[in-house]
Amino acid sequence: MTYQSERDDRVPGVVSVQGPSYDTTEARPGRAFLARGTGRLTSKTWFVLVAGAILPILVLAVWTLVSASDLVPSSRLPSPTEVWLAGVDLAQRGLLTSDVAISVQRVLLGFGIGAALGLTAGALVGLSKIGDILLSPTLAALRAVPSLAWVPLLILWFKIGEDSKVILIAIGAFFPVYTTVSAALRHVDRHLVEAGRAFGFTGPRLFATVQLPAVIPSVISGLRLALAQAWLFLVAAELIASSMGLGFRLVDSQNNGRIDRIFFVIILLAVLGKLSDSLVGLFERWVKRRWS
Amino acid sequence: MTTTASRQTVRDVSRAVSIDFDGVGRAFAAERGSGPARPVLRDIELHVEPGEVVAILGTSGCGKSTLLRITGGLDAASTGQVRIDGSPVIGIDARTAVGFQEPRLLPWRTVHDNVAIGLPRGTPRSAGSARVEKLIELVGLGDFAGHRPREISGGMAQRASLARALARNPGVLLLDEPFGALDALTRLKMQDLLLDILAAEPTTVLLVTHDVDEALQLADRVVLLARDDGGEAGATIAELLTVPGARPRDRGSSELAELRARLLDGLGIDRHGAGADPRVVRTDRASMTL
Repeated sequence: MTYQSERDDRVPGVVSVQGPSYDTTEARPGRAFLARGTGRLTSKTWFVLVAGAILPILVLAVWTLVSASDLVPSSRLPSPTEVWLAGVDLAQRGLLTSDVAISVQRVLLGFGIGAALGLTAGALVGLSKIGDILLSPTLAALRAVPSLAWVPLLILWFKIGEDSKVILIAIGAFFPVYTTVSAALRHVDRHLVEAGRAFGFTGPRLFATVQLPAVIPSVISGLRLALAQAWLFLVAAELIASSMGLGFRLVDSQNNGRIDRIFFVIILLAVLGKLSDSLVGLFERWVKRRWS
Repeated sequence: MTTTASRQTVRDVSRAVSIDFDGVGRAFAAERGSGPARPVLRDIELHVEPGEVVAILGTSGCGKSTLLRITGGLDAASTGQVRIDGSPVIGIDARTAVGFQEPRLLPWRTVHDNVAIGLPRGTPRSAGSARVEKLIELVGLGDFAGHRPREISGGMAQRASLARALARNPGVLLLDEPFGALDALTRLKMQDLLLDILAAEPTTVLLVTHDVDEALQLADRVVLLARDDGGEAGATIAELLTVPGARPRDRGSSELAELRARLLDGLGIDRHGAGADPRVVRTDRASMTL
């Protein structure tokens, strides 16, 4: 699983271009010219929002046309209206709320546990040479285990309860945090750390004053990746063994031939995932401005 | 020590303290494997009076910075020892403060909060804040106390770094090519600023530099570090010159020109004008930088 591939900035226009540090006085005539060109439009919030919506609207339109034209039977491709009604039906039965609630709960629990452990392990490996030597080979090997390989073992050990699912999600959330935090701590500017030491900072005070603030942007990036990963592992856990949740709804709908519900749940997962990612993304942007 | 009594009187008026190098040597372990250690410094013997400004001059890689780092406790001598105010340096020393070649400010802190890093531990908050404000004023950054490091120029960042070192109230100020990364004009201004600062906050200064003119402008004495011809044994003090005249000195004086020629010669630089009147030696500073 590659974490890096999810690291793109989904709202490119809002990312600020930073000049080299310690340099604000130098005039850059070239940039002003560029700003009058395409740079201006892509940095407008409304444009970013509208342009980002173009593709989904296009897909929806094509979907509506194809399903209305009888080219594909509705047992293969339900119309957008049917999918919407399936969602309304699920909501009216009270299943929608309970599915979303239990899934969100599992994601948050697993994410919280995995991220906390990832932070701890990342700090151990990133800050101490001996921690690195002792832990990193084992963790690298565990990271190479495909997520689904854990499922049989977890079910045998923890049965088909909440524990097995939360643990699987925690495993998924652990590695992005561990990887980014340990790497970031290893690459904290040596000069800054030495300056901190030169002014009498050691141990926890050095960590709190120099190392921790220096890696906060990376920590947030790691948390963002971990949250995305938590959603992936949630569905994996729920697909295999559960009686509630969005993943269960997918399997249940497959068994009952409710393709409209399958469509609805997939879209719901996309929306929920994007929404939680955007929230953390906003937080991340604020943190990066604050700490760099 | 025979001169303790006379030095005591100096210390009463300032916190500046003496430095003694007793046969200091430093060898680094071989890069890989168990090869022989690589000697960098050997047999450094020097006494620095409290309040004295001593410039350490030498070619690249001759161990200037290593000597400075040993004095501050950032590195340890392989042989001999450094004593500050008579007692040996073991580990990071609270009596010293370092100004690095790069500003090394924490980018997420304001100038004010960066300078506050230098305050001795246990400084009361209000007293510390007042001291920081005073120092920021002293280095001329009064209007920029709330700025982040990336919002100010390189010269300003270096001044903030200087203020941070002074915040520690050091008996010994260790400056490692503090103006080396600045442009020639800013460097001249910073030298004058440093003299003003030393007048306001007197302290002993070790200044590592590769700029002969900077050494002559700022220092009471200049130490020239060099290796023997073979270059196997590590560098030691090749020359120790007392710079005449009170600071600030006339940058173009003939007396300095003679010293400059001698130092450049010691650094292995051809003065292009041997035998000529010393006054003819070039005085354009930018080209003199090694």
